[in-house]
Amino acid sequence: MLGGIDWMGLFKRRSLKSFLRRIFGKKQAKIGIYGPPNVGKTTLANRILQDWTGEQMGSVSEIPHETRMAAWKNDVKIENNGSSLYMDIVDTPGISTKVDFKEFISKFKMDKDEAKQRAKEATEGVIESIRSLDDVDGILLVMDSTKDPFTQVNVTILGNLEARDLPVLIAANKIDQKTSSPATLKAAFPQHPVVPISALTGYNSDDLYSHMINHFSKKRKKKKRR
Amino acid sequence: MGKKSKKEDSIAVNLVSRQKLDEFTADEKIKFILKEVQNGKVLVLEHGLTALEQSDLIEKTMKEIKQDTFIGIEMEGYGEEKPSFLKKLLGVIQKPRMTVIGPAHLLKTINKDNNMIETKIIPGKGG
Repeated sequence: MLGGIDWMGLFKRRSLKSFLRRIFGKKQAKIGIYGPPNVGKTTLANRILQDWTGEQMGSVSEIPHETRMAAWKNDVKIENNGSSLYMDIVDTPGISTKVDFKEFISKFKMDKDEAKQRAKEATEGVIESIRSLDDVDGILLVMDSTKDPFTQVNVTILGNLEARDLPVLIAANKIDQKTSSPATLKAAFPQHPVVPISALTGYNSDDLYSHMINHFSKKRKKKKRR
Repeated sequence: MGKKSKKEDSIAVNLVSRQKLDEFTADEKIKFILKEVQNGKVLVLEHGLTALEQSDLIEKTMKEIKQDTFIGIEMEGYGEEKPSFLKKLLGVIQKPRMTVIGPAHLLKTINKDNNMIETKIIPGKGG
């Protein structure tokens, strides 16, 4: 510290900013939150925003396809151990291969018209999610650590990210639940960093932020060297 | 399928050869698969779809969903094999592996791991 100014911190912030500008031609990285329905994408988006801006991204529900339109929040800054990351965050609708309005009626007692409308909007949301993969710089892929990780949607999303050479960080969500097994996720996708987290309680969110800053920065450095 | 959903008496399971799939462009392949699945057939592809083709198929499936007759697809396959260093050097293109695709109201995945994809065909659904 000199004259009350944290020169080291300032240098780090400035160098990361200029680094982002050099790589992406902009200050903020666009980070997309992706995954199948009901894995906790919006809960995680809310957690990140709550922690860093005090705001909310969207409503959450146990009924699948609650988020049916992508929601953006710009200029979010996260910090950890003196490093920071400036992001535009997009919370995307869940990606699935099928949408059955009858499930909304039978499992969640929704009325028929409401269920049909939700299903229609959900199909549009899936399309929007897939198309938005072209617009992001990095991905937070949310998976439910209480469930089988080898779903086709998980495999398809990861394959897409690899084909597009997008940096991805897997958030193994719902570790507050007894049946969660983040180790299964880690074993299933050893080629990607997996961070166990409870978006609901905030457990291990500091670790997630640390990984986000380090992993997305590291990937950028690799890209720069190519 | 196609018109009013009806109970299926029997379900066709077609094994599609690599040669047939190779004849198609990526777009033709997706159209072929989607048309067959919409007609109530379960397809086993000798060589599956790339990740980009899979997402294209999901996107096109979403556009084709008719709430009372076609609710989407069930698709399970193994990821692309990672090429060895030698294969990379020789420019050998890795093909996606075997994949099963069917209408979501008939085909259900029971379990999937690195060695086995267990599915169940449920006749009589859709009524």
